[in-house]
Amino acid sequence: MDLGSLTIDGVRSAIQERKVTAASFAEAHYAKIASDDPQIGAYLALSKDRAMGKAAEIDALAAKGDQLPPLAGVPVGIKDVMVTRGVTTTAGSKILGNYLPPYDCTAVARLEAAGAVVLGKLNCDEFAMGSSNENSAWKPVRNPRDLSRVPGGSSGGAAAAVAANMAVATLGSDTGGSIRQPASFCGVVGLKPTYGRVSRYGLIAFASSLDHIGPFGRNVKDTALVLQTMAGRDAMDSTSADIPVPDYVAEMGKPVKGLKIGIAKEYLGEGLDGEVRAATEAAVQKLARLGCEIVEVSLPHTKYAVPAYYIVATAEASSNLARFDGVRYGFRAAGVRSLSEMYRRSRDQGFGAEVKRRIMLGTYALSAGYYDAYYLKAQKVRTLLTRDFEEAFKSVDAIVTPTSPTAAFKLGEKVDDPLAMYLADIYTVTANLAGIPGISVPCGETRDKLPIGMQILGRHFDEAMILRVAGAFEKAA
Amino acid sequence: MKVTEKDVAYVAELANLELTEEERVRMLRDLNSILGHIDMLNALDTANVLAMAQVSERFGADESKAGSERFMYASREDVREGLRKSLAHDVALANAPDSDGTFFEVPKVIER
Repeated sequence: MDLGSLTIDGVRSAIQERKVTAASFAEAHYAKIASDDPQIGAYLALSKDRAMGKAAEIDALAAKGDQLPPLAGVPVGIKDVMVTRGVTTTAGSKILGNYLPPYDCTAVARLEAAGAVVLGKLNCDEFAMGSSNENSAWKPVRNPRDLSRVPGGSSGGAAAAVAANMAVATLGSDTGGSIRQPASFCGVVGLKPTYGRVSRYGLIAFASSLDHIGPFGRNVKDTALVLQTMAGRDAMDSTSADIPVPDYVAEMGKPVKGLKIGIAKEYLGEGLDGEVRAATEAAVQKLARLGCEIVEVSLPHTKYAVPAYYIVATAEASSNLARFDGVRYGFRAAGVRSLSEMYRRSRDQGFGAEVKRRIMLGTYALSAGYYDAYYLKAQKVRTLLTRDFEEAFKSVDAIVTPTSPTAAFKLGEKVDDPLAMYLADIYTVTANLAGIPGISVPCGETRDKLPIGMQILGRHFDEAMILRVAGAFEKAA
Repeated sequence: MKVTEKDVAYVAELANLELTEEERVRMLRDLNSILGHIDMLNALDTANVLAMAQVSERFGADESKAGSERFMYASREDVREGLRKSLAHDVALANAPDSDGTFFEVPKVIER
């Protein structure tokens, strides 16, 4: 079985036509994981009983001749920040090393209800904090294209699993670029929807106003199909929007001729690698050849995005991560004499260096005397960044940028310089602050054969538009 | 240096972290480096800009209403177990590091 050529529709129709069983698709993926994942490190836990149970259910439906649901038998992996009932969920952290959730994340439940077969849980930076997956408490993930390089982060396992044919599609989370940047580093497609498009219920919170769940796939259509099954109001997340979900695949079929595509000089300036710039410019030219009108737009506050982001995100994280105290679940330090010592020691021993750094930064920004200067200031800058996009989208339908300023870097290259690591998120954090959707699609390779990704940003709740542009670009590539 | 050793100790206490001596040295260096970059925000005049805490307040909210009435889209009927049943006692305690079967157990809080 050529796992690399599998698509969602291909898997479903092979099962529907009874050419291949869902069980054998799952088995083939488990065999691939057993042989290749020791080198890559994408999976943290396998949920084989659950997967084979679901596959048997799908095969029984196919045997009866029933119309199969849209993701029937599709082998998927789930980033380990989404809770799965009875399947160990660690968020890449020692503090949740033995955590067995009593419920399922809505996004995962909706995928399974649509027929998907959950193979297991995917490695990530601890609590999704990182841009290289090197902050996983368990093991790093290696880029399938070049094992000496990082897969990106924080959804490094989710991107690598798709790139290495160890899942047809995966779910990741994106708080500052954690879907789009690893998608670009691994040469796959990754979509961050609008804030509120997909329920966050069951997503272990990092920064609640910036966290998003989204899909990875080997092509644009597969991400559209996965988004379709997850999107829509969920009573369990009061920030999930009660806004109708369009038929994304149908929308993708519409022509792109005449669409206005924005390019912003703020995303093509200092710090951008020459090869990435050339690939992005070539991609824009290709869109022009497809009949799109290329329009220059200005997003003047872009350079303030990383500093504003790292205040808002860490402030929210310091609050969200207060719940990890060794009382109700997770790790508790041994040999403590008092309750306060138990809290401190459990957190000290349970959290890794980057998580502690962000808790400290966020706590500092929220502490008396600094709240106005840092937190409130950052929230105001967030308004300015959002206005930039709203202004730009008055004159364009989508905006094209590089996803990341460079292709995948080497393991260890930025590990000692947190600020350099944060600056790698420069083109992606803006969409989280504004809550607009973004997709990363492959748009070429460097001389070293490393993938390059292009980011397409759209208006709030206009995933249909960015999927349409991405789909047309992919088809023409 | 914006952040001092004393600040690191104070913030660690607020955050319920202890941090080893080595970690404190590193934290001091990293926080100063990151906050030094963040200081560029001061170049922006935001005197007349409203703070934005949430994206979702821009959607679905009924701007003509005040207070919680604005967010009616996110409300539900106030009934017991309106969304789902509460976790059963044993399920809620299943992940506890220490429990007597009825309560979570922690080190003694009050000495007498």
